[in-house]
Amino acid sequence: MMLPEWLRVGRIAGFVFLLAMFLSSYAFAEGPQSTPSIFAPTSTPAIDIHHLSLFVLEITGAIFVVVASLLTYVIIRFRAGNAEDDREPAQIYGSNQVELAWTVIPVLIVVVLFLTTARVIFAIQDAPMPQAALEVTVIGHQFWWEYRYPKQGLVVANELHVPLSDAKQPTPTHLKLLSADADHSFWVPQLMGKIDLIPNHPNEMWINPLTSGLYVGQCAQFCGVQHANMLLRVYVDTPEQFAAWVNNQAKPGMQDPSVAEGRRVFETEACMNCHTVQGTAATGRFGPDLTHLMSRDTLASGEIPNTRDNLRQWIKSPDSFKPGALMPAMQLSDSQLDQVTTYLETLK
Amino acid sequence: MADRTLPIDGSLDLTPPREGESTWLETLHSWVITVDHKKLGLMYMMLAIFFLLVGGGEVLFIRIQLAVPNNHFISPQVFNRLFTMHGTTMVFLVGMPLVFAWANYMIPLQIGARDMAFPRLNAFSFWLTAFGALFLYFSFLGGAGLYGVGNAPDVTWWAYAPLTARAFSPGNATDYWALALLVTGFGTLGGAINIIATALSMRCKGMTLMRMPLFTWLLVVDSGLLLITITPLTAAQVMLMLDRYLGSHFFDTQAGGQAYLWMHFFWIFGHPEVYVLVFPAFAISSEVIPVFSRKAIFGYPAMVAASVGIAFVSLGVWAHHMFTVGMTSAGNAFFALSTMLVGIPTGIKIFNWVATMWGGKIRFATPMLFCTAFLFQFLTAGLTGIMLSVAPWNWQLHGSYFVIAHFHYILVGAIVFNVFAGIYYWFPKATGRMMNETLGKWHFWLFFIGFHVTFDTMHFLGFEGMPRWIYTYPADRGWDHLNLVVSIGGLIQGVAVLIFAYNLISSLLKGTIAGNDPWDAWTLEWSTASPPPAYNFATDPVVHSRRPLWDVKHPEDPDWKYE
Ligand code: HEC
Ligand SMILES: [Cu+2]
Ligand SMILES: [Cu+2]
Repeated sequence: MMLPEWLRVGRIAGFVFLLAMFLSSYAFAEGPQSTPSIFAPTSTPAIDIHHLSLFVLEITGAIFVVVASLLTYVIIRFRAGNAEDDREPAQIYGSNQVELAWTVIPVLIVVVLFLTTARVIFAIQDAPMPQAALEVTVIGHQFWWEYRYPKQGLVVANELHVPLSDAKQPTPTHLKLLSADADHSFWVPQLMGKIDLIPNHPNEMWINPLTSGLYVGQCAQFCGVQHANMLLRVYVDTPEQFAAWVNNQAKPGMQDPSVAEGRRVFETEACMNCHTVQGTAATGRFGPDLTHLMSRDTLASGEIPNTRDNLRQWIKSPDSFKPGALMPAMQLSDSQLDQVTTYLETLK
Repeated sequence: MADRTLPIDGSLDLTPPREGESTWLETLHSWVITVDHKKLGLMYMMLAIFFLLVGGGEVLFIRIQLAVPNNHFISPQVFNRLFTMHGTTMVFLVGMPLVFAWANYMIPLQIGARDMAFPRLNAFSFWLTAFGALFLYFSFLGGAGLYGVGNAPDVTWWAYAPLTARAFSPGNATDYWALALLVTGFGTLGGAINIIATALSMRCKGMTLMRMPLFTWLLVVDSGLLLITITPLTAAQVMLMLDRYLGSHFFDTQAGGQAYLWMHFFWIFGHPEVYVLVFPAFAISSEVIPVFSRKAIFGYPAMVAASVGIAFVSLGVWAHHMFTVGMTSAGNAFFALSTMLVGIPTGIKIFNWVATMWGGKIRFATPMLFCTAFLFQFLTAGLTGIMLSVAPWNWQLHGSYFVIAHFHYILVGAIVFNVFAGIYYWFPKATGRMMNETLGKWHFWLFFIGFHVTFDTMHFLGFEGMPRWIYTYPADRGWDHLNLVVSIGGLIQGVAVLIFAYNLISSLLKGTIAGNDPWDAWTLEWSTASPPPAYNFATDPVVHSRRPLWDVKHPEDPDWKYE
């Protein structure tokens, strides 16, 4: 028997579908090293959200299976067979009972979903902060992050360090979110969902990380040309590591006489109008604080590894990594470049 | 069974025999000056299809750029312009004109009228929309402005403040964006007023409101929604222009303005807008599914009530786009609840469509294939919508590729699928010729597969933490292969659309002659000639039920006995 035409075409097309599915299963085979996946939470709000999301997935998944099976059954069972027979099927115009049933059931589902959701909203948003909580102010800039620790008196950039918390004696971190220019959004999926940084509208969020390590994420609200490279790196340190880190960051910039030429370049070629190096004349606030530049693993808000070559190339031409970034190429000579790079390399 | 002669009033074709072929220029002229609802409907449709191709072309560049990590195919500046234009185009130059394409062409035919209530307003609205569209695209040339920077807007289609302030957006690109939407917005208002007036005052004898075809009902509700929602958008554009040129500070955060304010204005428009765009899709399915299942629509009053219900509730959910902007816990809970409530009338609609198919004799011609796929996709989109309404989970999903997947399931999986269904279904009416079924099936299956390869995969990219609006991504995030799959799916869809375009043109030229009523359907438009004469119906039709042609074809068992 000849297959109906819609099925014949469908079969060929189905082959293409299988091919595509094969490709995508290949995609899942390889796992990345550090993932910004929302299904690998390591900190409390993210963990609560994860549990909630699994519950919602179960409900919606069940609805999908029921309705989609019904639909599939209807498609198979009621498709027109014999083309000769052109009698019309029985006409049914509606049924109040049936209609009522499929109104009431969704209403019940909504009630359950809403109550569960509301509980989590209030639990996260209205959680009291313990005394031990660390306060950090996050300031979004086009296209980098500034972090201030008011109690510790620190100003750092691009790589956020927070202490590991433990379930018995929680030391969560409370983040105050501000913006210096456009809207941004702070999103490190393994720690917490995103909250926006909006000018003139201070926001806040908290995290309570339970596993140490590095967590990645990125700005999640379009903020201009280099929005894509406004990456986030959060280091969850053990209490000892964190104390050592704070200790180092609190020191003024290294004053090494052997790199005096480089420092002169830095202080005469406008770098210092935009950058701060604590303890020197450089007090610019437009760009990232460079006092402890070498303590960071990356440059340009997580875009490139912090190596000498990258640093030199960045100073020579920021656009070669991050076209449209707000740091101008300063047209330094090769020797000036070497000198200033060497100077920056002493800022441990 | 096709092409029976129907003894319904008004079905006579009284067109005078054609007086010679008119020249090319005369034809063009007659289209430009026309106030005929059918021609305007077709012009809206052509405008929409043209920009669908343009917007699709833009996305081609985007998908090539994102196919592999750290790609340098296009610069970030160009990428940002492309996605801004893609979004703006698809919403304002494709989705909106489509509303009016369907409404203009179909409503007078379905309610037995000779034209819209205000034919000149109709033409005016169309030309406003068309010129607004040209204006937006002119920004590619004119957007440089005095500063020599910025051509074409690059602020996303949300155009969030303060990126649109002069400090962040020098040049004129943002002005083109704001003014173009202002102009098309007025066109939209004119169209919406016209549709409501037409349905309220032009119905033929016997066509009570509760006998109006669901298609017409949905577009009327849609127009009501448009009247309410375009207004805040227009107001916001005016405020933006005041900020940019007259020194006001509504959104200018550097001078104490509120970015927050724009968000509310934008989403009070933006959320209902989604329903504005999807209602024509509901409308088409509400015609196609009954006809191809050979059954009356199940629960007509419930369908009408659900449509009005959706429209109403959709006005109170806008801040679910703002769960991450730092609302109070009570605010977040409220908008989570109101959003979940939309699921109830939406569920009713899906169940009623399925119930219509239940017990029927379903013929899977191309229009029905598209509508069946739509049901699955709309179900999925509804469920991902529920996931997004769960505010805490939304903090993760918002602004990620999951959201992109969700709304493309609506914009493509529901709207574009139904637009295709509608075109295959009514093409014979508008042109007098059938579209090729074999090509139609190729089109359907390829598009269906391409759609799922692309958009199913995008959900997983969202789970993996990939945000939208990024022109590139590092290789270590685990997004590489999935992005490649998404791009491949896009390509398959592109091929399907080319098949469709070919089918459209070749069927127009040499498709088999359709006759008045090729699908053996039941609404009034099928009682007149294909294409309908300029006056639609020679005499005013008289109807006795929701399916006037059913009554004629089945005098032994007419509908009006049951309604
Ligand atoms: C107009 C202001 C401005 C000037 C002048 C300027 N910078 Fe920058 N600089 C920035 C900004 C803004 C960034 C952040 C760029 C980004 O990541 O988007 C930056 C980033 C950097 C970084 C990377 C910091 C990090 O944590 O990743 C280094 C290093 C740097 N600048 C060095 C210099 C040097 C050396 C000079 C002088 C030759 C200089 N800058 C001049 C604004 C400036
Ligand atoms: Cu950003
Ligand atoms: Cu919405």
